Amino acid sequence: MFTPEMLKSLAVILVSSVLVNNYVLNKFLGICPFLGVSKKLDQATGMGLAVIFVMLAATAATWPIYTYILLPNKLAYMQTIVFILVIAALVQFVEIVLKKYIPSLHKSLGVYLPLITTNCAVLGVAINNINDGYTFIESMVSSLGCGLGFLLAMVIFSGVRSRLENSNPPESFKGLPITLVAAAIVSLAFFGFAGVAENLFA
Amino acid sequence: MSDKKSKLSVLINGIIRENPVLVLVLGTCPTLAVTTSVTAAIGMGIAATVVLICSNMVISALRNIIPDKVRIPCYIVLIAGFVTIVQLVMQAYLYSLYKMLGVYLSLIVVNCIILGRAEMFARNNTVGASFLDALGMGIGFTLALIAMSSIREILGAGTICGIAIPFIKNYSVGILTMAPGGFFVFGCLIALVNKLTKGKGVKRKEFSCDVCPSAAFCKKKAFGNPDKACTGTPENNSSEN
Repeated sequence: MFTPEMLKSLAVILVSSVLVNNYVLNKFLGICPFLGVSKKLDQATGMGLAVIFVMLAATAATWPIYTYILLPNKLAYMQTIVFILVIAALVQFVEIVLKKYIPSLHKSLGVYLPLITTNCAVLGVAINNINDGYTFIESMVSSLGCGLGFLLAMVIFSGVRSRLENSNPPESFKGLPITLVAAAIVSLAFFGFAGVAENLFA
Repeated sequence: MSDKKSKLSVLINGIIRENPVLVLVLGTCPTLAVTTSVTAAIGMGIAATVVLICSNMVISALRNIIPDKVRIPCYIVLIAGFVTIVQLVMQAYLYSLYKMLGVYLSLIVVNCIILGRAEMFARNNTVGASFLDALGMGIGFTLALIAMSSIREILGAGTICGIAIPFIKNYSVGILTMAPGGFFVFGCLIALVNKLTKGKGVKRKEFSCDVCPSAAFCKKKAFGNPDKACTGTPENNSSEN
């Protein structure tokens, strides 16, 4: 089903969206949850997993809608409005289904779901997949990569945050400013991955 | 509320005392992403201001019609509609700017400033007041973007609006135009505002965090202490709604 070339290109997409073009640290998408929910490791992990789940579901829903409904009817300019509605409805729907059928999963991920509706990373990944001209499989892999990248950034940053708790920055830097400066350093660390994706599978 | 002074204060409020970016810390994503150049920052600021003014006025006009339970989806549809209009206009007349802003133009839909003002201000105020509030917030947003992009572009690339500045060009700090520079400059700017206002400007009492994506965590005692990084203070907000 998959030729080696296809697998290679999928692997490049995956690695580059996790490490090189990290959504949070490089493209500045999903900063709100990154700064707000990264204080504790368990919260950060839960949020990251919920984002992966919603990103995959959102891409699985928006890609066919765009390709098979909007494009043939020359409605591509409706992209933004349709995507945000589909994502909002989808998140609600997923929450209801989880609550009814898989209560244990709802208990661990449920609280994060409503927060994700207005998360720019989810809308961003849906729009970027279309703009980059990915096929359905590539879109799904790219969404998975972006979600994993988000989870990675959250988990790493929650570690940094726990150290910040015990630090003593200047008065005006307390709270958010020092957190942003720490995020700058973490982001700098991710620059080390530049070029990895292309060379790893060359 | 009808005298001129309070109208002016509504306008000024958004620009300085409740600056959406530097004081309320809303709309961080576009702030960090498009401030690599002053041109893009001005474009983003104006686009967001137009959407904010239109959506605030329409939401305020419809405030008695929209049922309370489904207000957030209604707001999102209205906002997305205006974003689409702005996108089409920009694509037609300012194509280079449209390319420069890219996906962030669509993402105005999920910019918390716009949904936040709808939720906090427009749904309880008249059309005129909502217009002034939106204008003030929009100008505040644009000014903050310009301030941040000036720092990043002048020091980072040695140019301003794409025009090279002779001496600085040779000593530019490239990292400032890249992602880490964005976080760093933003952190320093907020620290500067904290320093200048000594915390007085940060009247977070009036800021509802219902629309903040992290609101649930602030409010849920089960998760321990309210998150300091979130700008709202939930205890004070509960009385507002």
